[in-house]
Amino acid sequence: MISFHSVEMRINDVSIIQKLDLQIKAGELFVLIGPSGCGKTTTMKMINRLIEPTSGRIEINGEDVSLADPVELRRNIGYVIQQIALFPHMTIGQNVSLVPRLKKADQAQYEKKVDELLDMVGLDPKVFKNRYPAELSGGQQQRVGVIRAMAADPPIILMDEPFSALDPISREQLQDEFVRLQKTIKKTIVFVTHDMDEAIKISDRICLMNNGAVVQVDSPEKLLQRPANSFVADFIGIKRLKGAQERQAVSSAKKATLPRWSIS
Amino acid sequence: MSEFIQFIQERHEQILLLIWEHSYISFIAVMAGFLVSVPLGIILTRTEKMNRYVIGFVNILQTIPSLALLGLMIPLLGIGAVPAIVALFLYSLLPMLRNTFTGIMEVDPALKEAAKGMGMTSFQILWKVELPLAISIIMGGFRTATIYTISWATLAAVIGGGGLGYLVFTGLGVANDNMLLTGALATAMLATIADFITRKIQNVCTPKGLRSNRAN
Ligand SMILES: Nc1ncnc2c1ncn2[C@@H]1O[C@H](COP(=O)(O)OP(=O)(O)OP(=O)(O)O)[C@@H](O)[C@H]1O
Ligand SMILES: [Mg+2]
Repeated sequence: MISFHSVEMRINDVSIIQKLDLQIKAGELFVLIGPSGCGKTTTMKMINRLIEPTSGRIEINGEDVSLADPVELRRNIGYVIQQIALFPHMTIGQNVSLVPRLKKADQAQYEKKVDELLDMVGLDPKVFKNRYPAELSGGQQQRVGVIRAMAADPPIILMDEPFSALDPISREQLQDEFVRLQKTIKKTIVFVTHDMDEAIKISDRICLMNNGAVVQVDSPEKLLQRPANSFVADFIGIKRLKGAQERQAVSSAKKATLPRWSIS
Repeated sequence: MSEFIQFIQERHEQILLLIWEHSYISFIAVMAGFLVSVPLGIILTRTEKMNRYVIGFVNILQTIPSLALLGLMIPLLGIGAVPAIVALFLYSLLPMLRNTFTGIMEVDPALKEAAKGMGMTSFQILWKVELPLAISIIMGGFRTATIYTISWATLAAVIGGGGLGYLVFTGLGVANDNMLLTGALATAMLATIADFITRKIQNVCTPKGLRSNRAN
C-alpha cells in the first residue's frame, strides 16, 4: 500500500503539488489523470524518489520512503518512463533484464522471464531478443518499455502514459492484455494517462487532478455517475457522461420492471 | 623529381628517424592529453558551476598562437622534446575535453532518468549508460586531437624537439625544396595514417546498437 500524507512540492516557491493525501491500495490499478501540467508525473516520481517532496510524507506498507535507500527502493519498484527511453546500446533482451541483472539475479531464471514477457506482448523472443531498439517500431518499443518494468517482478509498478505512442488498435489490444494480466498478477500499479477512455477501461480507481491538487478519487462507475463538480464533469466530457447515465437508466429501468414481470 | 627521389634515398635513415621522433612526440602528447581530458571532462559534467571556467581556460590555451606557446615553454622547461611534448599536450586537451563534456551532457536526459528510476547507482549510470552513449563523440575528439597534434608537432623542431619539422624549417632556411617537400609529405602521410587508425578505433568503440552502418 502506498500512502501520501499532506505531501507538498514546490519549486522556487511555485507550488507544483498542494497538500496531497492519497491511499493507494495493494493490488489495485490506480489511475492518475488530469490536464497536462497538473502534476501527474511529479506525483508518481515522488513515490520512487526521483523527486523529493518539499514537505509531507510518503509511505509504502507503512514505511517512510525518505528513509529508504533510493537505489534499493527503485530496484523494487517497476518504472515505465513517459519517454519510453529504451537504452539504444543494449539489445531488447539486455534492456528487459536490466533490473534483474542489477539485482544480481540468477541468469537462467531472468532469461526465462524475459522470454515469457516478450511472448506475452506478442514479440517473439527468437526474433526480437537480440535486436536493438532502433530496429523496432515505436509501438514495439513501447511494449518493451512496459515489460522492462516487470522483469524483476516488483510488487509496485509506476507507469507514465505507457500506451500513448501506440496507434488506437494496438493500444486497445495492449489495454485488454494489460487488464487480463493484472487480474492474474495483482500488482499495485500507479498508471498515469490523459486518456479518459483508457482510465475507465483499465482502472480500479481514478484520481482526477487539477493544478497540483486532487479533485476526485473514485471508481470509474462512481466518477461517471456522480462527478464531484463541473470540472470533473467537463473533464469526463458530456458524451461519456450521457452514455454512462443512459446505461444506468436502462439498467435501473430493467430493475424497476423486473418485479412487474415476475408478478404476471 | 629524380632529385627528390635521390634526396630521399640519400637521407632515408635520417628521414625514418625523424618520422619516428615525430610519431612518438605526437603519440605521447595525445595519450597524456587523453588521460587527463577524459576524466576531467567527466568530472566537469558532475560539477555544474566549475565547467564554464575550466572550459573557458582551456579555450584560452587553444587561442595562444602555437609558436608563442612553444616560446613560452623555453623559459619554463628549456629546449628539446620535453617542452615540445608539454606544449602539444596542452593543445590536445581542448578537443578531447570538449567532446567528453558535450558527449556526456548530450545523452538524452530521459535515458539518464530511466537508468536512475530503474535503480542504477550514479557510477553505474556513468559506466553503463553515459560513457557507452558518448564514447563515439569522445573518440571523435581523440581523432581530431591526434591529427592536429601531428601537424602541430612540426613546430617542435623550432625549440629543438626534433621531428619532421626539422626538414621543413631547415629546408626553408637553406632553400632546399626537396628537404621541405619531404618534411611536408611525410607529415601529411603520418596524419593520414593516424586518421585511418583513429577512425577504426572510433568505430570499434561505438556500441553496436548505435552504429549507423549496421546491416539490418
Ligand atoms: N523542473 C521543473 N521546474 C519548474 N517547474 C516544473 C519542473 N518540472 C515540472 N514543473 C511544473 O510542474 C507542473 C507539473 O508537472 P508534471 O510533469 O507533473 O505534469 P503532468 O501532469 O505529468 O503533465 P503531462 O500530462 O504534460 O505529462 C507543471 O506545471 C510543470 O510546468
Ligand atoms: Mg507527465
